[in-house]
Amino acid sequence: MTDAASWTFVCHRDDIVPNTGVCAKVGEAQVAVFRVVAPNGTEDGPDNGIFALDNFDIRSQANVLSRGLIGELSTETGPALVVASPVYKNHLCLKTGRCLEDEAWSVKAWAVSCGDDGAIMVRAS
Amino acid sequence: MKLVVIGNGMVGHKLLEELADVPHLSITVLCEEPRPAYDRVHLSEFFSGKTADDLSLVTPGFFDRPNITLKLNAKAVDIDRAAKLVQLEDGETVPYDRLVLATGSYPFVPPVTGRDRNGCLVYRTIEDLEAMTEWGKKSKVGVVVGGGLLGLECAKALKDMGLQTHVVEFAPRLMTVQVDDMGGRLLRRKIEAMGVQVHTGKNTLEITDGAGLGVGGRHAMKFADGSQLQTDMIVFSAGIRPRDELARVAGLIRGERGGILIDNQCKTSDPAIYAIGECALWQGKIFGLVAPGYDMARIVARQIVAGDDAASAPQFNGADMSTKLKLLGVDVASIGDAQGSTPGSLTYLFNDDVAGHYKKLVVTADGKLLIGAVLVGEANDYGTLLQMALNGIPLPAQPESLILPSVEGGSKGIGIDMLPASASICSCNNVSKGDLCTAIENGSTSLGALKKCTKAATSCGGCLPLVKQVLDAELKKSGVLVLNHICEHYAHSRQELFHLVKVGGQKTFDDTILAHGKGRGCDICKPAVASILASCWNEHVLKPKHASVQDTNDYYLANIQKDGTYSVVPRIPGGEITPDKLIVIGQVAKDYGLYTKITGGQRIDLFGARVEQLPEIWGLLVAAGFESGHAYGKSLRTVKSCVGSTWCRYGVQDSVTMAIRIEERYRGLRSPHKIKMAVSGCTRECAEAQSKDVGVIATEKGWNLYVAGNGGMKPRHAELLAGDVDDETLIKLIDRFLMLYIRTGDRLQRTATWIENLEGGLSYVKKVVIDDALGICAELEADMARQVETYECEWKKAITTPETLKRFSHFVNSKDADSNIQFVDERGQIRPKSALEKKLEVAP
Ligand code: SRM
Ligand SMILES: Cc1cc2nc3c(=O)[nH]c(=O)nc-3n(C[C@H](O)[C@H](O)[C@H](O)COP(=O)(O)OP(=O)(O)OC[C@H]3O[C@@H](n4cnc5c(N)ncnc54)[C@H](O)[C@@H]3O)c2cc1C
Ligand code: SF4
Ligand code: FES
Repeated sequence: MTDAASWTFVCHRDDIVPNTGVCAKVGEAQVAVFRVVAPNGTEDGPDNGIFALDNFDIRSQANVLSRGLIGELSTETGPALVVASPVYKNHLCLKTGRCLEDEAWSVKAWAVSCGDDGAIMVRAS
Repeated sequence: MKLVVIGNGMVGHKLLEELADVPHLSITVLCEEPRPAYDRVHLSEFFSGKTADDLSLVTPGFFDRPNITLKLNAKAVDIDRAAKLVQLEDGETVPYDRLVLATGSYPFVPPVTGRDRNGCLVYRTIEDLEAMTEWGKKSKVGVVVGGGLLGLECAKALKDMGLQTHVVEFAPRLMTVQVDDMGGRLLRRKIEAMGVQVHTGKNTLEITDGAGLGVGGRHAMKFADGSQLQTDMIVFSAGIRPRDELARVAGLIRGERGGILIDNQCKTSDPAIYAIGECALWQGKIFGLVAPGYDMARIVARQIVAGDDAASAPQFNGADMSTKLKLLGVDVASIGDAQGSTPGSLTYLFNDDVAGHYKKLVVTADGKLLIGAVLVGEANDYGTLLQMALNGIPLPAQPESLILPSVEGGSKGIGIDMLPASASICSCNNVSKGDLCTAIENGSTSLGALKKCTKAATSCGGCLPLVKQVLDAELKKSGVLVLNHICEHYAHSRQELFHLVKVGGQKTFDDTILAHGKGRGCDICKPAVASILASCWNEHVLKPKHASVQDTNDYYLANIQKDGTYSVVPRIPGGEITPDKLIVIGQVAKDYGLYTKITGGQRIDLFGARVEQLPEIWGLLVAAGFESGHAYGKSLRTVKSCVGSTWCRYGVQDSVTMAIRIEERYRGLRSPHKIKMAVSGCTRECAEAQSKDVGVIATEKGWNLYVAGNGGMKPRHAELLAGDVDDETLIKLIDRFLMLYIRTGDRLQRTATWIENLEGGLSYVKKVVIDDALGICAELEADMARQVETYECEWKKAITTPETLKRFSHFVNSKDADSNIQFVDERGQIRPKSALEKKLEVAP
């Protein structure tokens, strides 16, 4: 599904403080959008370091994931970028939404795109 | 089998612990005292606030076992060995198959006329200590008769009660048994420097009415040399005598100078009766320490379990009498043949009158083995030397290097690795190096866990440094290096990183990780580094460059709650608040529909604020003169206070003013974990200061400063850092203490755990912050002064910084509120709707 109409503009990259997240309203859904910047300043990855997950944290049953701390943890499949829920600190993989502590707390990863103009689009679904 | 144990002291109780769960054994314990076993070794801590309950050796539920009957206030007066019956004072008889005498000893009071006058006391039981406290209150001067280990400990207690304290010793020096002449002389100097007057070579002839009747001179002590000493109370601590009365009436063999004779299996002259602990006489010796007693208890337990085929049971082989004085402020230790009385033995001596150190080694005639040592003034190497002596470890090529001051940093002596697995590390609890290693292998990889599992270092504590060394060495070997590393991104402890940052001058997380770490960091190291940066440079936590490394609570300057709302806690210094300010809080809570609660920290918490409401709420509070209460930060929380001398009829100082002064001084200070403080206006301690990181209690003369207390999961009583200090000294000491903690504490380590893990514990802290042993006090104070100067209220700053205000909205692309936040009414206020309530609402 690459239907252009289903992509929603949420904010500009500069609206997100480097290495933090914001919450965007996409239809009735809440999407946590993160901006990841390496310590040396590069915004890497296919979408210039932008990732999107559900904002709803299953473990705490609260809309809080956008307020978590971003980090990088070693996993069996190599280093993974994660966000730690601010409530109970469960870690969710930014790319896939997988929860490192318990599969049951995994969330949906949203398709996101950030062009060189800095406009961040999330694909509604 | 019916076992009767007479005496529920330290040793008797150890026996019960060993036997508690042995099947088919029914035990009756006769305890003369009104309470079951307690820790006599730490008895003097009663004076620093420990209660009888704190000192108890009985684990909860221990005596609920059906097979153990404990009789309190039950003194045994006779034994009918033919009928195998013990008779109690009230006439009751108790039958036995096996009997164990664990009756301990009593304090020896020299036969001096007047020794039974009012105010002449001894020092052995909790009741004795209660009597000392009572007398201490009505006395100005106190005398301890006896300058041995116990006498000096007792003198310290009198000193702490604020008495002019004297020690009267019959022998020409202090601690005759453990220390030699030169060591004794230095020890005397040290004790005198603590303000205790020492009189040696004094033979007390009689005690009569003092000249100054009443406080200051109730009694006069008259000495053989014609001199006199006026005092209000006298504590005899002139040695102990075994309690062998029962053995006498029962016709068991006793020693010439007392003590119940036992063989290597701890059996008395009647094979059905054992004697253990301080009442027992083995090869002409009475052991006045707890470790040999514990040994005897274990040996008897093994025999009772093994029954009559106990031929192969372990035997008592005597005990090592090495000791280290646990007196605060004076290090004295004595090992093995301290006097050098072994024929042909040679000695090495080191004496430094300037620093006040005296050290002596006694070695075998061939110079190969260490057999004794005396350390006065500095006894850090006690553990190492003791192990060398006990395990017959060959001396290094230059034995003198063991007592010569070490050149900067160079560690000396033997490595812990040289000790054989059989080396006894904790003699109190009979724990060998091998036992420790096994426990570590099985997962006890922290000091706390290791102590719990093996019991090592849980009695006198003297072996703690060695236990820690074993732990560190074993962990290192097994490659567990990450132990104190912050996380996978920093191969440093918080303390190391603190110094690296301070020296390296890094001001942001990115610079720090590029310089000292690897990768991108995580939710563990980011807040830790944020705290270090704040402590080093007092950089405002709100600056955008720090935004991404703050925990959500610091990011939004509020505590997140389970439903994603936040709490609001304005600072109420010392718990003092005007009615007008109370009204403002009430009004704000009402307007925003917040749940309102008085906290355990003497302030008011408003719950249920949405992230987008926080700036407005704080706008109102700041306008009314409130500041951030830092309920969210790893920083100073509250300084609780009692009402103090202004209103309270007992108050001796103005605790509220002091609490406010302290709270305003340290507000906003970032640290490894939160810090709590309290100030009480008198010893009644209504502010509960002894459960705080920093606790201040008013005295007639000033303030007592307690540190490193904790409530919470693992409560800990604070310990006295300094007594009777004036206002300015108090602040200075708190400055230094806090800065030392901030510099060296680990991530999320409260002061209580910090001090427990710190080598040397409180005495080390004292050396650094009071004696300035590291020469850093000026630096610590300057660091604190800078913190105090650069303080600003984070909320005041936040609501006037547009850039910061931007983060306070739930959606980046909408002004809507989070619809998942829902409340219901309970007792007239809001509370979050539970997941179930939300579900039920949607379902029908
Ligand atoms: C509000 C309050 C309970 C109350 O309604 O009374 C409270 C509430 C919380 N406490 Fe507490 N503690 C409160 C007094 C205490 C006290 C009593 C005191 O301070 O006199 C203690 C024991 C004393 C102590 O700390 O030594 C206490 C020991 C803890 C602990 C355990 C600390 C420990 O060292 O074991 C935690 C957990 C932690 O910090 O890791 C904790 C953590 C928390 C947290 C922050 C849990 C969290 O992360 O969400 C709670 C959030 C409060 C909020 O959102 O504002 N709270 N907490 C009290 C606030 C006092 C204040 O005015 O600042
Ligand atoms: C202040 C102080 C500090 C000390 N510090 C240290 C130290 O640092 N290191 C160390 O190793 N040792 C220390 N000791 C010594 C240590 O406390 C003793 O070695 C230890 O308590 C001996 O244990 P025990 O069971 O033999 O005797 P106790 O603990 O005295 O117990 C004997 C019990 O038997 C009871 N009893 C006696 N007769 C009868 C009877 N007829 N019927 C019923 N009950 C009876 C007594 O009331 C008492 O409760 C210290 C002692 C004191 C007082
Ligand atoms: S005791 Fe537990 S539940 Fe109560 S406030 Fe403290 S942390 Fe929260
Ligand atoms: S030696 Fe006393 S506790 Fe270990």
